[in-house]
Amino acid sequence: MSRARDFADLAGSADAGGLTGRNLIINGAMTIDQRNSGSALTVNTASEFYAVDRFMGIGVASDGVYTLQQVTDAPDNFVNSIKATVTTADASIPTTGRYLIRHKLEGNVISQLNLGSSAAQTFTLSFYVKSSLTGTFGGSVLNGAQDRSYPFTYTISSANTWERKTVTIAGDTTGTWPTDNTKAMQIAWSLGVGSDYLNTAGAWVGSQEWGATGETAVIATLNATWQITGVQLEVGETATPFEHEGYGTTLGKCQRYLKLGGAGVYGIYNSATNIEISIPFSPDMRATPTLSMAKTTVTISNKTNSNTADATSVSATNISASPSGAFFAQIGNCNVTSASSGHIAQFRTDEFLQLDAEL
Amino acid sequence: MNIENAQYSADSGENVCVNATIDGVTMSVPLDPANRHYAEIMRQVETGELTIADAD
Repeated sequence: MSRARDFADLAGSADAGGLTGRNLIINGAMTIDQRNSGSALTVNTASEFYAVDRFMGIGVASDGVYTLQQVTDAPDNFVNSIKATVTTADASIPTTGRYLIRHKLEGNVISQLNLGSSAAQTFTLSFYVKSSLTGTFGGSVLNGAQDRSYPFTYTISSANTWERKTVTIAGDTTGTWPTDNTKAMQIAWSLGVGSDYLNTAGAWVGSQEWGATGETAVIATLNATWQITGVQLEVGETATPFEHEGYGTTLGKCQRYLKLGGAGVYGIYNSATNIEISIPFSPDMRATPTLSMAKTTVTISNKTNSNTADATSVSATNISASPSGAFFAQIGNCNVTSASSGHIAQFRTDEFLQLDAEL
Repeated sequence: MNIENAQYSADSGENVCVNATIDGVTMSVPLDPANRHYAEIMRQVETGELTIADAD
């Protein structure tokens, strides 16, 4: 793309909503991976497997399997992509089977699109994709309730070559599209979808569809690969150049949905085994988060009696919290420092708590 | 989500969260309808797929 073309597109974007902050996708460059630090995931059930922050894969139990991983193979001007590799092929996808890469958007993020009204705006999805396969591939844009869908297709012309794809969609004038902190929109890229969830590309339908009729099923080919990065969703009919942003900016956006923490947190023993802690969240999270242990072996320093030791099988209970902080969480199985009620504890393990407020 | 071993946890006699094993991970889920885990727990309770044990 020429520089003149870039400027022309940016000017169009300014008319549509602004030069910065125009990408409604979070972590579209696939740089933030708080959960896995680049390790591969095996997607072998219908559960959600987050490859990087905000982008997940789902599969089918006891059927096809693929791995999903943040990698450093990316097009020019990018560092990362996520890569799906088929390790067990499924050439006969169950009618309700779904092999997907998916991104969910909060109502607060897409409210400017006016979806579900006569003022609905046209928007454009763009992304860089690379696959060992060529042909017509599919995906879909859905509302949060999954009763409005817009299946789309894109074509990969050359195997193992990065290509940028754009899909322009006239905003849906019907259906329910939340504008609050709940799930309002989903974007799915199909790696293979059963016939119950396929429909004709290029039009809104009042049903749950995850792919487009005639699409290539990546999952059907053993060792097939499919990669994506540079995902952008913006107001208007034109795909502008990808809006790169600082690492800290993207991390902050991701932390509205997932946060790791705990290092240096102080607490008070309320028994010989349990420690009460409080953690403020900054930024506020989307909703009150689920609390779990990212690491179950934690180094605890008892500041009252100067004992320091590793506690194993540590647990966490979410007693009193809100989107702005855990006012009272209880960390259990910490009986390693000869503690008693009232002793002061300091946690010396980094990022042992996981706070999840995903959509 | 595969949800197992769901049990309320109480503080001062009031339920404050649901502790459960979700997709193989032990989690403490707040009673917030906007929380995706709580929403799914309630959906599975509604359909009879899941029962939440009382707090100890």
